Amino acid sequence: MAKSLFLERLAAGKPLVLDGATGTNLQTRGLPVGTPSDFWVMDNPEAVLALHRDFVEAGSDLILTNTFGSSRVHLGHAGLAERFEETNRLAVALARQAAETAGVMVGGSLGPLGEMVEPLGSLAEADAQAEYAAQAHLLAENGVDVLVIETQFDLIEARAALRGVRFATDLPVVVSFSYDRGTRTMMGVKPAQMVQVFSELGVAAVGINCGRSVEENFKVLQEVRALTDLPVWFKPNAGLPLTNPDGSLYYSVTPDLMGEQARSWLAAGANLVGGCCGTSPSHLRAIAQVVKGQ
Amino acid sequence: MEERIKAIFDCVVNGDNKGIQAEVETALAEGVNPSAILNEGLIAGMGEVGRLFEEGEFFVPEMLIAARAMKSAMAILKPHLGSGEVGAAGKVIIGTVKGDLHDIGKNLVGLMLEGAGFQVVDLGSDVPAEKFVAATQEHAPNVVAMSALLTTTMVNMKSTVAALEEAGLRDKVKIMIGGAPVTDAYASQIGADGYAADASRAVALAKSLTA
Repeated sequence: MAKSLFLERLAAGKPLVLDGATGTNLQTRGLPVGTPSDFWVMDNPEAVLALHRDFVEAGSDLILTNTFGSSRVHLGHAGLAERFEETNRLAVALARQAAETAGVMVGGSLGPLGEMVEPLGSLAEADAQAEYAAQAHLLAENGVDVLVIETQFDLIEARAALRGVRFATDLPVVVSFSYDRGTRTMMGVKPAQMVQVFSELGVAAVGINCGRSVEENFKVLQEVRALTDLPVWFKPNAGLPLTNPDGSLYYSVTPDLMGEQARSWLAAGANLVGGCCGTSPSHLRAIAQVVKGQ
Repeated sequence: MEERIKAIFDCVVNGDNKGIQAEVETALAEGVNPSAILNEGLIAGMGEVGRLFEEGEFFVPEMLIAARAMKSAMAILKPHLGSGEVGAAGKVIIGTVKGDLHDIGKNLVGLMLEGAGFQVVDLGSDVPAEKFVAATQEHAPNVVAMSALLTTTMVNMKSTVAALEEAGLRDKVKIMIGGAPVTDAYASQIGADGYAADASRAVALAKSLTA
């Protein structure tokens, strides 16, 4: 297996700083309501690049490509299947451009396909695997350091995703679940099941991202840490979304509070920390200051 | 009779698709009242599924298999029911708002509403405000239910409420919303009549709005 920068940095033992949210940040920068954030890779690449740069500047060691919803399935639903290759290629190029600053790595983001896999849904497991393989192939070919299968909720889909990624590339893989029913995913997956299934399949790290509140995510983190020696990826939301009187959204956890909490994440054994929905560059800076100050 | 209905209720809760078909056939052959099968077996069974979901005992898979069992039982039962009995709880138009392609949550709410005896008109996902308006004119529902999974699309709930208002339909329907980023506060802010945190609570809300 080729030398991996990501595995080397992980093995060095120091916690690494991830990035923050894509969608909620682009929206405050003018992404029209109802437009998926992935569309801006081709429609407003400057804004995507600027957000990546803000995270790098705030202290990220690893940023994710804006490709969460750029599977063929997702793009196809939006009638944009023909963008598949171009948007994934360009998304990696934009992240790479921002990461030029010495040592910042790029992770290829792979989100759920948005259709349920058999037997509960109608998508065949083999087809799900092929969809992940196709997108992972593009991300790997264009130069990411690691593939991140994130916001998963179903063991069957996540396993198909991992097989697909493995088919496409030898790069290290992180698998991260969203525990949005508290300490279970919407399909009922428990932290212990994620750990058991994916530690046996040899992932570089298991993860927790999105979910519900910071507190509930923290409980999952403690549970996962107690069950495995694998590195743990931790990207909680900046609390829950609240609405301003004008109808716009903000998240309940301020940058200062997020930074404070990051201290406990590290103490609880998280190795890769950042934030999901609502995590602005200011939030990320607060997290980075805590991590780098260790 | 009690025993037959209890068996059907249990088949719904356990998502026993094969068992429920046999149980309903047997019950009908034995002359059990079809309305009792519907209300005390199927609808009550789905109510129990919802309760177990709220309690954190059941998750999405259990709900889906229960709804599947309910549907196959309904296919057998329907010819035996009076015309007004199916969907007697009221009519609901449901859809995921414009720009949002996520339909898993919306589908679950639709299934649970059907399970509770509502007639459901599903507009699918990425539904523009005009389509909600047109469907409301066409179907004259009691409730319009909107879903959004993304913080970036939930704002389209507001524009849909406004479009219904503009079309002069706002007073004729109740509007309920749901989805991961949506809150009670957001519902009142945009002038919806209610918010539900999950598919089971959506049923309770629809019932209270149509009561």
